[in-house]
Amino acid sequence: MRRFLRPGHDPARERLKRDLFQFNKTVEHGFPHQPSALGYSPSLRVLAIGTRSGAVKLYGAPGVEFMGLHQENNAVMQIHFLPGQCQLVTLLDDNSLHLWSLKVKGGVSELQEDESFTLRGPPGAAPSATQITVVLPHSSCKLLYLGTESGNVFVVQLPVFCTLEDRTISSDAVLQRLPEEARHRRVFEMVEALQEHPRDPNQILIGYSRGLVVIWDLQGSRVLYHFLSSQQLENVCWQRDGRLIVSCHSDGSYCQWPVSSDAQQPEPLRSHVPYGPFPCKAITKIFWLTTRLGSSFTIFQGGMPRASYGDRHCISVVHNSQQTAFDFTSRVIDFTVLSEAAPAAAFDNPYALVVLAEEELVVIDLQTAGWPPVQLPYLASLHCSAITCSHHVSNIPLKLWERIIAVGTRQNAHFSTMEWPIDGGTSLAPAPPQRDMLLTGHEDGTVRFWDASGVCLRLLYKLSTVRVFLTDTDPSENLNAQGEDEWPPLRKVGSFDPYSDDPRLGIQKIFLCKYSGYLAVAGTAGQVLVLELNDEAAEHAVEQIEADLLQDQEGYRWKGHERLAARPGPVHFEPGFQPFVLVQCQPPAVVTSLALHSEWRLVAFGTSHGFGLFDHQQRRQVFVKCTLHPSDQLALEGPLSRVKSLKKSLRQSFRRMRRSRASSRKRRPAGPPGEVQEGSAKAERMGLQNMELAPVQRKIEARSAEDSFTGFVRTLYFADTYLRDSSRHCPSLWAGTNGGTVYAFALRVPPAERRMDELVRAEQAKEIQLMHRAPVVGILVLDGHSVPLPEPLEVAHDLSKSPDMQGSHQLLVVSEEQFKVFTLPKVSAKLKLKLTALEGSRVRRVGVAHFSSCRAEDYGEHHLAVLTNLGDIQVVSLPLLKPQVRYSCIRREDVSGIASCVFTKYGQGFYLISPSEFERFSLSTKWLVEPRCLVDSAERKNHRRPGNGAGSEKALGRAREEARPGDGACPAQ
Amino acid sequence: MNRGHRHGAGSGCLGTMEVKSKFGAEFRRFSLERSKPGKFEEFYGLLQHVHKIPNVDVLIGYADIHGDLLPINNDDNYHKAVSTANPLLRIFIQKKEEADYSAFGTDTLIKKKNVLTNVLRPDNHRKKPHIVISMPQDFRPVSSIIDVDILPETHRRVRLYKYGTEKPLGFYIRDGSSVRVTPHGLEKVPGIFISRLVPGGLAQSTGLLAVNDEVLEVNGIEVSGKSLDQVTDMMIANSRNLIITVRPANQRNNVVRNSRTSGSSGQSTDNSLPGYPQQIEPSFEPEDEDSEEDDIIIEDNGVPQQIPKAVRNTESLESLAQIELSFESGQNGFIPSNEVSLAPVASGTNTEFETRAPDQKLLEEDGTIITL
Repeated sequence: MRRFLRPGHDPARERLKRDLFQFNKTVEHGFPHQPSALGYSPSLRVLAIGTRSGAVKLYGAPGVEFMGLHQENNAVMQIHFLPGQCQLVTLLDDNSLHLWSLKVKGGVSELQEDESFTLRGPPGAAPSATQITVVLPHSSCKLLYLGTESGNVFVVQLPVFCTLEDRTISSDAVLQRLPEEARHRRVFEMVEALQEHPRDPNQILIGYSRGLVVIWDLQGSRVLYHFLSSQQLENVCWQRDGRLIVSCHSDGSYCQWPVSSDAQQPEPLRSHVPYGPFPCKAITKIFWLTTRLGSSFTIFQGGMPRASYGDRHCISVVHNSQQTAFDFTSRVIDFTVLSEAAPAAAFDNPYALVVLAEEELVVIDLQTAGWPPVQLPYLASLHCSAITCSHHVSNIPLKLWERIIAVGTRQNAHFSTMEWPIDGGTSLAPAPPQRDMLLTGHEDGTVRFWDASGVCLRLLYKLSTVRVFLTDTDPSENLNAQGEDEWPPLRKVGSFDPYSDDPRLGIQKIFLCKYSGYLAVAGTAGQVLVLELNDEAAEHAVEQIEADLLQDQEGYRWKGHERLAARPGPVHFEPGFQPFVLVQCQPPAVVTSLALHSEWRLVAFGTSHGFGLFDHQQRRQVFVKCTLHPSDQLALEGPLSRVKSLKKSLRQSFRRMRRSRASSRKRRPAGPPGEVQEGSAKAERMGLQNMELAPVQRKIEARSAEDSFTGFVRTLYFADTYLRDSSRHCPSLWAGTNGGTVYAFALRVPPAERRMDELVRAEQAKEIQLMHRAPVVGILVLDGHSVPLPEPLEVAHDLSKSPDMQGSHQLLVVSEEQFKVFTLPKVSAKLKLKLTALEGSRVRRVGVAHFSSCRAEDYGEHHLAVLTNLGDIQVVSLPLLKPQVRYSCIRREDVSGIASCVFTKYGQGFYLISPSEFERFSLSTKWLVEPRCLVDSAERKNHRRPGNGAGSEKALGRAREEARPGDGACPAQ
Repeated sequence: MNRGHRHGAGSGCLGTMEVKSKFGAEFRRFSLERSKPGKFEEFYGLLQHVHKIPNVDVLIGYADIHGDLLPINNDDNYHKAVSTANPLLRIFIQKKEEADYSAFGTDTLIKKKNVLTNVLRPDNHRKKPHIVISMPQDFRPVSSIIDVDILPETHRRVRLYKYGTEKPLGFYIRDGSSVRVTPHGLEKVPGIFISRLVPGGLAQSTGLLAVNDEVLEVNGIEVSGKSLDQVTDMMIANSRNLIITVRPANQRNNVVRNSRTSGSSGQSTDNSLPGYPQQIEPSFEPEDEDSEEDDIIIEDNGVPQQIPKAVRNTESLESLAQIELSFESGQNGFIPSNEVSLAPVASGTNTEFETRAPDQKLLEEDGTIITL
């Protein structure tokens, strides 16, 4: 009758649940998807990025970040900080203006929207009359000048957004005040540039698209100067002292105009087409910056020769005789130059160029010769090659951590030594409690190691497996083949490279042993590499073994891709993880599961055809097992034959994706992450009603052994348990397939002293066929105390209690549809929890996590964290399989988000919200990594220019030190 | 779990019940705990044990209070037999290969004499089989209409028995919309509909489901608010014992009830039992357990075996627990042929269907649904 005791009836348990579980989406790591605007506050030293989905993200010193979301989900077109204030104004593509401010609450700053405003013209005016093209916040912070498509400049009062109609600078008024000779051409049209005089707040510069630039006296309402160019105007820059303006034009030229009260000059002082003489593309933005040493910096975007380099995304820097065109792999959204912030300083002395490209942020050190890039402490482009899998390792031992950082540092020699120049605000977040690492596998055959301990996801080390194989492209070709005297002087920068040399190189599975430093990675063409961390460069041959998973099955033909050709002979490897064994599955189907046991020196791998066990100590195959059903033709033919049927479904899913993206990109900000929301379901239903869908139908059929891909090995698990009898435990390997079958093999691993002399033996001991035949996605053995068995070597390193080998062990099998506990060694069903039959959701990801109580220091429980195909996250208790809590986390349409989810061992998790961003969430009350930071306009930093010589490490350390005293308390400043 | 409430019907005053079992010419007498009859499989094993015929496949029948010979082949009719036996439970065992199926009957008292004499004297003139095309060895239900008395007349709850049959379930579902009466007037709501029946499939062969029937529930769980994929997954997860509640597109063949009390399925007998409980949660667990404990384990490359259920408590008789179980014939059964027809089942039918408790939500729903 225990069944009638429903969860929720026990108040003590309910209270404990509140102490253990709590759902929060804490921080977004990576680079914002589809950025559309850039802003920078020189006084706060904070960078702002707006996106096409209406998000605005602020970044300062590492750990200082904020996110806001416009309700309208419209693209952010421009971001402007109010000079010297903790406030910013955003312009959206629906022509609305929004005022945001950073307010201090409870000792930490929060970003919130204060006011919004849409400019309204006189009744009957064309919409273009008020279509804002340029925004200029006045240095008084009380006024906003808005240039429009009609050529009028409107004035709006802040912070209430009240239009001051009498101050409007209409194009007619400007025309009237122009001298006769400048009036004869239709010089107006839209306002392209608005600038305040660097020294005199009473003068602003207005540039019109037809080429007219005027300097307007705000008090006298008159034109002080005017300049007339023969080309369409793109943008204008005013020299720091106000004596020179530089205009850039659509024909790829820029002009310098002196501002002097002498007679008006009809011609510019100098006009120059930097990449002429052939027709060039427009220069869309230009900076003209002075230095103490005399010669100025000219930095401009575009202007490349139209015919041969018109497709490049370039920003050119010219200084003295040096000229470099930084060539980006994606479209440049906007850029800014960091320079002397104090208004009174005599020179700009620029020190860094910050470029926001479509797919990455690039910062270039302008102080160091050669203008090297600066390594990013955050905003990393996770997707520089598409992410194909990820693997999280919690609580890395310091030794391994330091070694990985050391080998990573050697890879980053080409970066500038400049400290991270965008360092506004103070991070108050407590130092991360442990060292966590997130490993991402990429399409180009690389594995990236990220520091995932704190708010900033920082690249530590990059491993490439490409060197092991012979690929079409020669690696040396990739280097800068550009000659010295090449013109234009292009230089590739950034890491975003979406093109993979060979899709077979893609990484599918990663398994890192944090104690031994052994790493196993497996890829698309059935390749399994075992690697070992080596602090020195080495040259050695990689041992190759073929694992024939088809064995006796005959008459089958693999129609998929060829296997990769390994490079013969010794290969040079840089310091880091170096492969020593390559197992290639035959047929070379994608590796679908991988497990590494570093204590027994065994690696197990599985594909859609079967699985195998490899002894990497003796470098010998122990066994292979074919799991293929004889009638399963599809699995044999390989991925290509499915292309046709896939095409249709792909097309559909793309359409669906586009539709859902267009309708809404739901990123719920700080709001309470509620239980399963009704609202979205309703909206969906409404959408369904409105769309006349071609009826989609679904076949209802029981699964059978003859279904395709039943042999697909979904999960592999090593355990030291009672497999055969209850008196002796032994090493075992467990494999679960797509067809609901679990295989268990008893292993005999020779003791350490005879490890090289005797063979590892394996024998099949059990095979369990689940009648519901759903794919097996997780296997776990619980010890006598119903605690999951520890990881290999965990006990040896004193990091875990030894498992209880006295009581009887239990086997937990998680299929997509249900959870089942069996007794061991005699397999009999003990408990089960059905998911699909009762609520229609299926298990997509499952992980064991330790949940600590936020009240009792040493209390904790092991449970299962489960992600379903509906995007819900549930906690299911061990060993009784009682559902504990449930939260909706990912939209159910977000298939790639759900597929990318990875759980940590302490109740956190990550999933991709876009190709380039991980959302971090936490189910635990105790382990919560989220930004807590303070940005204060009064806190005048001693505007030092970042020194060279110390890495960004130091800045991070300083932030932490400052943070320590004031956790929660407001630091008195 | 159900047995807890099913047994209470009989003369509850007695602790034990006498059983008289006949196989061939031999009789065995033993007693059973009336309150804890255990499972059918255990009883089956016990009979094999007491008759010392451990490896013989047999059919078990009993004489009910009217003297009809009725089969015992599952937990439910076993419990029925135990609960109605007064004071003696008379069991008749036949070897399966010699079984005379016609002996069993829902038939009347007229034939009773014949039936019993047939069984009692098997060596006697063996009744010539009727003109039978083939002797059904394993005759099992493929579908049934259930819960007729608790559902609105416009609804139909259909159970498809997938186990053992080679036939595919054979139907498709789609999204669609239906109109409901709500407090705010007529409202168009999305629904799930049957879109296609595969010729020769289980669904089509039953005649109980049709294209454009709206699916309301799957195994007791409402589908409203669930996506097509969710409903698909639920149906597949329950495919071995699928119970679909539909609103048929064609409402002309609905079962017409004369009154609420005399239901038209085997359910009614159950309702009349005094001990019948009002179950609190809509639960299909008892059935599921039966149909799902057949995960298979193969030890050391040996012979496949079904995984036993770990004994959690000592609900079953100790003596029964010792007996090795054979599940082979556990699902053999006999059903009257009129069961699959749409006509109301004759009230004389004693075959008891697995039933589910009244779902309260469903009853509330009555007023708000109109038929189109």
